[in-house]
Amino acid sequence: MPVERVVPTPEARDLIDLVGKIADRDLAPAAAAAEEAARYPRELVRMLGRTGLLGLPYDEEFGGGAQPYDVYLQVLEELAARWATVALSVSVHGLSCWPLANYGSAEQRKRWLPDMIGGEQLGAYCLSEPHAGSDAAAMSTRAVRDGDSYVLDGTKAWITHGGIADFYSVFARTSDDGARGISCFLVPADADGLTFGAAEHKMGLTASPTTIVNLDGVRVAAERRIGDEGAGFGIALHALDAGRVGVAAVATGLAQAALDEAAAYARQREQFGRPVIGHQGVGFTLADMAASVQAARALYLAAAQRRDRGLGYRQQAAVAKLVATDNAMKVTTDAVQVLGGVGYTRDFPVERYFREAKVMQIFEGTNQIQRLVIARDLERFGE
Amino acid sequence: MKIVALVKHVPDATAERTFDDADHTTDRTGVDGLLSELDEYAIESALTVADGGDAEVVALTMGPSGAADAIKKALQMGADSGVHISDDALHGSDAPATARVLAAALRRIGDVDLVLTGMASTDGGMSVVPAMLAEHLDLAHVGFVGEFSVDDGTVRCRRDGDTASESVEAALPAIVSVTDQINEPRYPSFKGIMAAKKKPVETLSLADLDIDPSTVGLAAATSVVDEVTKRPERTQGEIVTDEGDGGTRLVEYLAAQKFV
Ligand SMILES: Cc1cc2nc3c(=O)[nH]c(=O)nc-3n(C[C@H](O)[C@H](O)[C@H](O)COP(=O)(O)OP(=O)(O)OC[C@H]3O[C@@H](n4cnc5c(N)ncnc54)[C@H](O)[C@@H]3O)c2cc1C
Repeated sequence: MPVERVVPTPEARDLIDLVGKIADRDLAPAAAAAEEAARYPRELVRMLGRTGLLGLPYDEEFGGGAQPYDVYLQVLEELAARWATVALSVSVHGLSCWPLANYGSAEQRKRWLPDMIGGEQLGAYCLSEPHAGSDAAAMSTRAVRDGDSYVLDGTKAWITHGGIADFYSVFARTSDDGARGISCFLVPADADGLTFGAAEHKMGLTASPTTIVNLDGVRVAAERRIGDEGAGFGIALHALDAGRVGVAAVATGLAQAALDEAAAYARQREQFGRPVIGHQGVGFTLADMAASVQAARALYLAAAQRRDRGLGYRQQAAVAKLVATDNAMKVTTDAVQVLGGVGYTRDFPVERYFREAKVMQIFEGTNQIQRLVIARDLERFGE
Repeated sequence: MKIVALVKHVPDATAERTFDDADHTTDRTGVDGLLSELDEYAIESALTVADGGDAEVVALTMGPSGAADAIKKALQMGADSGVHISDDALHGSDAPATARVLAAALRRIGDVDLVLTGMASTDGGMSVVPAMLAEHLDLAHVGFVGEFSVDDGTVRCRRDGDTASESVEAALPAIVSVTDQINEPRYPSFKGIMAAKKKPVETLSLADLDIDPSTVGLAAATSVVDEVTKRPERTQGEIVTDEGDGGTRLVEYLAAQKFV
């Protein structure tokens, strides 16, 4: 059942319709096989790039679509409802462009942003490390100044698009001053000393490559440092605010797909002489699923609207990410239940949705960390 | 070079389509309309020619107000401008009247080098309008084209038939209808969607085209639909359960139907 969306302009309506059509025609039919084979759909993502979807929230001046977040996020949701890997890919790409677009100098943006958001390139965002996950500020990757460049050494972990990205937004330590000692660098994929581990063997999102990124004496021109030395951690967290509403939208799309599949099945599967949706135990489960999906959508849109009006939205982003991904986990679990035995097989997509939902509670800050962000905000309110 | 792509707004072929009870014309109420998919191939062909050189692409449609959507889609894909013939008197027009009106519009647009059309509309499905147009305008017409190129005032086409492919050349201006094998129509880009807002669309009435309203529309149609009957529901079909002889039985079935 297509979701009826509220959008601000006729162009946004046409965009959403177009994305729905592309997703139905090109993404949905390819998803299951590519996930099974752990094959990243680079060409499909390139096609989305040519359509303009990899630059939607960014300025027209640099070739972006200048779309408000409430439109951009609904595009992500539409993609996720057909193929979560692809939606995540678009979201992570946007996250990777975020530091340059928001903290780069005019000169840096003019030089690199048009290509980065133009559709042909793909970005990666390198914050996590093997020993610094939730506590990202504990990172040990170093960037040492040497003349007019920096030399980066260290290991980044869990990097989405590792090995296939064209550029890497890398956070590295330029001093030992804790969170204030981190800086952000835009590293091109062909930099010497940049190597990648094998793709992690994951529970879900198997088509999306996640790898270790090794930086072994990678020399990066100083002009590729984004923002001031020491400003990197603040940039990383700001980028994550934007990334988290993206994850919320992706989780909402995934949950919507699970709901649609479960409702369709329950309408036609008969037991005890009637469609199982007519048994209240199933009907109410589906009703709760619908409520969860709509609540998730309302939350990410509320965060987006604050952002679009230039208001702070860190807490709202954390709430949206927390609730939307927890809801997606619940909804996809229930979808398997509604389908019964077939729900547990790979002949139906719901078991995959269930596996895909799990990681959304983990990346871009685990849901414990979202609670930490919210609690800190509440704590500060008393000051 | 000026290329006109003819586009038609039709009821969504994937929805349940019906005829109006009163006059047996296509019922457009309650069904989403869209650009006839077969016309997307004509637009793509026009844009491909334009991509390769200096050409202007005009999307032309005749239809009620909703047909503006077909123009918009063509503009979003990349056409430069649109012309929409819209007049209440056109309701129920048959193919000859449609061709006459489109011919008048093409004359008015003027200096047209190439007219591209789909091979049929997905609702009417008669495939006769392009040939009729050619007759009105005294131009060459090549139908069911699977590939073409434009060069030096000539269009060189490959026309695919059931048994053979023919190479056909025509001097421009000419009218070419293209099949759904000719290309893979592009999706609009978001930039295309934004740009389409600013592209010119001219709306023409019958008066603008100097056409007497009494010569078009349902009343003037040369053929009349007396009655429509719904096609019977598809029957169950025959299910062959494989008991080791499935292959043989399938072949027997196909042979009985003279498929093999
Ligand atoms: C598929 C996938 C893709 C990813 N993509 C990227 C990427 O592109 N870029 C990137 O930089 N990273 C990426 N990550 C990394 C991801 O952001 C981290 O996995 C996440 O931040 C958690 O870190 P961790 O795995 O080290 O868990 P840990 O930090 O070791 O956490 C272990 C457990 O402890 C809990 N915990 C930790 N600290 C606290 C606390 N203070 N209070 C309460 N509970 C706590 C956590 O919630 C978790 O349950 C990705 C991860 C995955 C799985």
